[in-house]
Amino acid sequence: MEAYLDNSATTRVFPEVAELAVKIMCEDYGNPSSLHMKGVESENYLRYARETLAKLLKVNAKEIFFTSGGTESDNLALIGCAMANNRRGKHIITTQVEHAAVRKTCEYLESQGFEVTYLPVDNTGRISLEDLQNAMRPDTILVSIMYINNEIGAVQPIAEAGSLIKKLNPNTLFHVDAVQGFGKVRIYPKKMGIDLMAVSSHKIHGPKGVGLLYVNEKVKIQPILFGGGQQMNLRSGTDNVPGAACMAKAAELLYAHFDEDIQRLYELKRYFVEGVRKLENVKVNGLLPGEDEITGTAPHIVSVSVYGVRAEVLLHTLEEKGIYVSAGSACSSHKPQPSATLKAIGADSKQLESTIRFSFSVYTTREELDYTLAEMYDKIPILRRYARK
Amino acid sequence: MFTAFLIKYAEIAIKGKNRHLFEDALIHQIKYALKKVDGKFFISKTQGRIFVEAQSEFDYDETIDALQHVFGIVGICPMIYVPEEGFEKLKEVVVKYIDDVYADKNMSFKVHCRRIDKNYPIESMEVNARLGEVLLDTYPEMHVDVHEPEMVLNVEIREKIYIYSTVIPGPGGMPVGTGGKAMLLLSGGIDSPVAGYMISKRGVKIDAVYFHAPPYTSERAKQKVVDLARLVSKYTGPIYLHVINFTDIQLYIHEKCPHEELTIIMRRYMMRIAETIAKQTGCLGLITGESIGQVASQTMNSLIATNEVCELPVYRPLIGFDKEEIVVVSKKINTFETSILPFEDCCTIFVAKHPVTKPNLNVIRKHEHNLDEKIEELVQTALETDELIIVE
Repeated sequence: MEAYLDNSATTRVFPEVAELAVKIMCEDYGNPSSLHMKGVESENYLRYARETLAKLLKVNAKEIFFTSGGTESDNLALIGCAMANNRRGKHIITTQVEHAAVRKTCEYLESQGFEVTYLPVDNTGRISLEDLQNAMRPDTILVSIMYINNEIGAVQPIAEAGSLIKKLNPNTLFHVDAVQGFGKVRIYPKKMGIDLMAVSSHKIHGPKGVGLLYVNEKVKIQPILFGGGQQMNLRSGTDNVPGAACMAKAAELLYAHFDEDIQRLYELKRYFVEGVRKLENVKVNGLLPGEDEITGTAPHIVSVSVYGVRAEVLLHTLEEKGIYVSAGSACSSHKPQPSATLKAIGADSKQLESTIRFSFSVYTTREELDYTLAEMYDKIPILRRYARK
Repeated sequence: MFTAFLIKYAEIAIKGKNRHLFEDALIHQIKYALKKVDGKFFISKTQGRIFVEAQSEFDYDETIDALQHVFGIVGICPMIYVPEEGFEKLKEVVVKYIDDVYADKNMSFKVHCRRIDKNYPIESMEVNARLGEVLLDTYPEMHVDVHEPEMVLNVEIREKIYIYSTVIPGPGGMPVGTGGKAMLLLSGGIDSPVAGYMISKRGVKIDAVYFHAPPYTSERAKQKVVDLARLVSKYTGPIYLHVINFTDIQLYIHEKCPHEELTIIMRRYMMRIAETIAKQTGCLGLITGESIGQVASQTMNSLIATNEVCELPVYRPLIGFDKEEIVVVSKKINTFETSILPFEDCCTIFVAKHPVTKPNLNVIRKHEHNLDEKIEELVQTALETDELIIVE
């Protein structure tokens, strides 16, 4: 048996999406910029992609820009807005738990003379609106907050943050990294005060190498890539027609039974968390206190610290049985690179080196989880016997 | 413009009857190295000279790079042949050669002729004088210095006449295959690839053994060792890499022996297993990357402990090297970047906080008896896991 539980790293492409890719690559392979029939044909795919995704997000088609993925979308949003708005101010707000695509970009902007405030999070991984309010200044041009944290599945109060930001300073732009959020929660940027939003295709059963950036038409932004002037001059480069169309197709398929799927994922998560808790000396990270401990977090991510077992060892142990997970913080005895998120929620070094992440998708089954739990019950006591003394 | 290379090798080492063995091995290694280069080559030897002639278009930089990885080569001289059309033609070729090779002609030089073919009508001294003269006439910036010239124009007159003036250094050493075969304990760190390189440089063919410990070490750690072996094999030729699953032995030692002695006892078993494979495959020694005092298991006391389990000699070419010196070589042979990739190897996973640095041999032997019940069987099983990867 195989259990792929690393869907926050990447997902299996839907077969219908792969078929569409083959068709576009082998038959309808034109360049939308060409004037002939082949070009027009491929432009239709692009239009389909843009309109489909715009509809799912309830935004205008012309507000969708295709990029090479989540990283480029975040870079374009942050750098493009910072550069275009730097006369109004040089202050940016983000959080301590962002993905590197945002965090490193903010560090770059700091080196270019911008000032960045990193909001802390509580032990469930969530920021407080009070901190956000206190951090806001007249010269704050941009706030960037991720929707769902990729490591522990914390869901940020995006809608509340959006309305707070707009109330305090209507000119401040609000960017949301929704790479883990899109397809897991219904996101309507215009209702949530979101001005820019990054989405990646391969996290929603589409191909790698494509993503989108939603840019509200009122946003002042400048390009970071220069060339042929495609996509209204904001993102030059030959349009990735198969990528864009496949991303749209994947999203369409996902949204076809969105609510049932999400409900099922929450059930799986609840089931798995209960199962994990039967182990001694483990901690499930990022859950909320009280009734909505599960439903207040991402439906597809379970972060578990198994004390006394190094994450990498557990990962490889599970791998031997065809179970694929991710180490919360990739590290070795030579070069520990502790995860910023886990540190931000107050994890100590023992927890840092023993945290693994399970992440689900619509393909995940209860049988796979039973199989995984059985393997954990079986192997963890053995692994604990052979600890470094 | 160059179409051939004169290969220089250390002649002192090859006096007497062994000379042809040395040369044949060198030619074999040159052929192997040039297989991956764009172009066809013909390799010949005559009277203490080995020539590599291009027989098609070829990539000059790739060729030099390949030859610089062949042990036994001391120098590589890019050269051109001079058509047999009399002395006037020779002068013409020399004048053009200098113009092609040296943009800036403000330099001292001398002409050095070797006339092996005594039928050639002009004596070497006179060739020197007359070619020098024409160069001085053509290029007034050039001047003669017979004692310490910046450039020596070599003219060799054999069946064919050829000229060369630059010597690109080779790696030196002896051609692989002239010195037997040895088994390298390859760990994935910085030292062991360098140790393999250094022993191979003395003409020794290398096989290697790697101990992996899944799930404590990952598939990527193993891939890293394969990658390192591949980099070393650019010098040594194909490497037979034996991958041994060491997990059960390691866990058994962990269970039965004092933790501070784990590394030493573990290394004793690694040496035993490596030697068993070495003997089966015709190796004449073991190679390790140990250096005195670098870590607890490499103090002189520890080395006594790991050394005593082997009958074959254990070659430790880095024994007197500082880490910095090892790093210099590892950068030179291009293994450094790969060596420092952060994957756990089997020596570090269970390492004690304070491992013994001065193990007492009797104590170690005594504690090893704790393993008597199962260890023979585990070693046998480990040997059966031997996965052979041929790396080239």
